[in-house]
Amino acid sequence: MATTFTPYASLIGVVLIGFSAIILMLFLGRIAGVTGILAGMLLPGSPADWLWRAAFIAGMIAAPTIATMANIPTQPIQVPVEAPAIAVGCAIVGVGVTLGAGCTSGHGVCGLARLSARSLTATLIFMATTAITVYVIRHIVGG
Amino acid sequence: MQIIAAILAGIIFGLGIMISGMASPAKVLNFFDIAGTWDPSLAFVMGGALITTLIGYRLVFLRSQPLSADKFYLPTHSAIDTKLIVGASIFGIGWGIAGFCPGGAIPVIGTGMFEVLIFMAGLIAAILATRLLQAR
Repeated sequence: MATTFTPYASLIGVVLIGFSAIILMLFLGRIAGVTGILAGMLLPGSPADWLWRAAFIAGMIAAPTIATMANIPTQPIQVPVEAPAIAVGCAIVGVGVTLGAGCTSGHGVCGLARLSARSLTATLIFMATTAITVYVIRHIVGG
Repeated sequence: MQIIAAILAGIIFGLGIMISGMASPAKVLNFFDIAGTWDPSLAFVMGGALITTLIGYRLVFLRSQPLSADKFYLPTHSAIDTKLIVGASIFGIGWGIAGFCPGGAIPVIGTGMFEVLIFMAGLIAAILATRLLQAR
């Protein structure tokens, strides 16, 4: 499934992700790593700790509705993956981000912005294994 | 104040995901499919978000503490260990199969799309199961 090259929209979108990370650090002193925020919400330390995490996640979930109401143009969401593959993939993602202590946002944005060698290592590795997996699925198995 | 800042940060994060195309598995998978239907849009994700955050963090860390918390809660692990390498490798395999990552998927819950509900249910179950096994 081909998608359109959208450099400007993607750039605006990701600068917003950067602003979000800055706000969370400035006010709460927290890393905007979605895996960490979600895991800490599922297994909270204290009520106050749960509340800011739940507020962040609720804000994320409200975003599409706000975009629609404010007429903010968003990219179409297309899922070229069958449900069983998603079910397998999400379980693998869950194990990986827990062991690796982070995902695209925590390591790939916040960790790299802190110049963390751990995050740089994690990001290079998961970018590589994602690219290899996509290549194998699309061009070896599916090709 | 903490809650308002957290909701605002969540909304801005979610809007960024929706506007950039990170919410769309088709776009994410095409970013990695250099040999096929390559769409380099999301190269801007890593670059743009990183540069913005890099500069912003520099300014924030000039302060001795956050505006509405007692301290900065930064990761204390610095070791590049087997767990990190294995975890990151596994994450990439799952991301390549499903096309959703946690940050890309959560805003999509707001659209009610069926596929993302499967993803989130499995993601949460796998995070909890892994944590339980780790705690033993």
